[in-house]
Amino acid sequence: MHNIFVYCEIEDGQVAEVSLELLTKGRKLANEINRKLEAVVIGHNLKGIEDQIFPYGVDVIHVADNSRLYPYLTLPHAEIIVNLFKQEEPEIAIFGATSVGRDLAPRVASSLKCGLTADCTSLVFGDHTENKTGKEYKNLLYQIRPAFGGNIIATIINPDTRPQMATVREGVMKKEIFNSTHKGEIKHVNVDTILKESHMAVEILERHIEKQKINIKSAPIIISGGYGVGSKENFDMLYELAEVLGGEVGASRAAVDAGFVDHARQVGQTGITVRPKLYIACGISGAVQHTAGMNESAKIISINNDPKAPINQIADYTIIGNVADIIPKMIKFYKKNTK
Amino acid sequence: MSFRIVVLAKQVPDTRNVGKDAMKADGTVNRSALPAIFNPEDLHALEQALSVKDRIEDAEVIILTMGPPRAAEVIREALYRGATSGYLITDRKFAGSDTLATSYAISLAVKKLEPHLVIAGRQAIDGDTAQVGPQVAEKLNIPQVTYCEEILEVKEDELVIKRRLERGIEIVKGKTPLLITVHSSAPQCRPRHAKLLMQYKHARTVSELVDETKDYTEMMTNKPYLRIEEWSVADLDADVQYLGLSGSPTKVKKIENVVLAHKDSVALTDEDKDIDYLMKELIDSHVIG
Repeated sequence: MHNIFVYCEIEDGQVAEVSLELLTKGRKLANEINRKLEAVVIGHNLKGIEDQIFPYGVDVIHVADNSRLYPYLTLPHAEIIVNLFKQEEPEIAIFGATSVGRDLAPRVASSLKCGLTADCTSLVFGDHTENKTGKEYKNLLYQIRPAFGGNIIATIINPDTRPQMATVREGVMKKEIFNSTHKGEIKHVNVDTILKESHMAVEILERHIEKQKINIKSAPIIISGGYGVGSKENFDMLYELAEVLGGEVGASRAAVDAGFVDHARQVGQTGITVRPKLYIACGISGAVQHTAGMNESAKIISINNDPKAPINQIADYTIIGNVADIIPKMIKFYKKNTK
Repeated sequence: MSFRIVVLAKQVPDTRNVGKDAMKADGTVNRSALPAIFNPEDLHALEQALSVKDRIEDAEVIILTMGPPRAAEVIREALYRGATSGYLITDRKFAGSDTLATSYAISLAVKKLEPHLVIAGRQAIDGDTAQVGPQVAEKLNIPQVTYCEEILEVKEDELVIKRRLERGIEIVKGKTPLLITVHSSAPQCRPRHAKLLMQYKHARTVSELVDETKDYTEMMTNKPYLRIEEWSVADLDADVQYLGLSGSPTKVKKIENVVLAHKDSVALTDEDKDIDYLMKELIDSHVIG
């Protein structure tokens, strides 16, 4: 009872990266308040799935294994979780902020009438005193997230409802093995007593999981362009630099909205969170919704003709000038001085 | 009975174009400095609803919004683009509602309308939570299909829907009643229709009529479709403990204005020697190469 739960997403027999990141975070939170870490896995043919999960320090895995549970469908998954949470009364429940987690968590929260905070960028414990009643709360989960298009950072709490629910995007927390030989307990959920015909109201006809063609998340070097790049044609220079350096091209929301680049390349709060070893921001002013997705890059270079661009404040190097003048010089020097 | 579609829409501050005046000195958001717009994904939702209406006989598209009296603007905008009627949920008692309390209020209004289909944008740009759609579906006890890119087929009691997910697509079949949330990759909404603009430009809510200097009595009697219904807490027969702050399990503990942390940075010019210096540093430190 009152433990920390993480919902683990499954795709083709693999636990999703985001879920492993959340297990890592969950372990740390559990240690801080001296509770257990429990994982929930729902799917089909899950034999051996625990081998991927226990190394992250999980004490209990709840497994719901049934042919009706894969691929993911909202109602059956929600029903199993609602039942489990009513029984186990978790203190905290965390979901990945993916198309699955963002479909599932609100449905569960609504059913349990508890609070849910989407897309948290930080989860820490803190205390709270209710102004009106003077009631004191210890170790509430501070759910910290950007709001209002990233212009403010809000700290949200759920003083009176449990579980305290949150979703977190992939790449925000860091994945780390706790102990590769760690073992815990496996509990099987009796699916047949929970699922009814009415839970199967939506049927999947066809599904192609396509590996994302553009994968900027794992790129060690990202050359990112903003509205200041000026045009779709000017982006060609960024692609050339990315190819020369062995990186990928990213973009700010403004550049995507302007039609310069595909949405799959968008970095930031409503795009992808990246932490490459080098991030070159070209003509990006640096609104917080963008920097939230890249400020953990090991090295940041800003190329901008505005010396006052906010991004310059987080850059290791700032080059004041035109993107179109500077990038060819970088390509030229690199080609001349390597291999 | 006609095939009834309710579209959920929200009037939002345009957070994509936040200017200098957007934040007040105390760090709170100055909503009045931001233009109020039709939430972008809700426009995609409206288009999906209108496309269903185009495909089947005898369908109606009802736009439902919750907000202050000026949110009636969203309803007029939808009427100009082809919606058949609209309702505004408005009451001071809704103030401070989080997604759960909002979903409760909206679900009561939807219940009154008894639609076959509810369509909403996936998320609103002021909060980006994507929670209200699924929570309304749960409160109505109906299935949901989120991240819809296109409604491919419509029959009286069944729809085929294409979903856009992170790594691919999914085609699903769902029975009505059903709630769908629409993704930004869905087709853009059709523009305003000149004829509809003329027809509905005088559409008003009761609260708006109070403020009008012109006498609308005759017009409203002759053209009843110009009246935009308003629903209060009492009209929805809502239990106030589930509304506003008291009905919201999440509380805002703290709001911080975003300030970027300053770190030591090397300032360079676009001259060759500076660029060469930078590239050499990067190569020498094995960041590149």
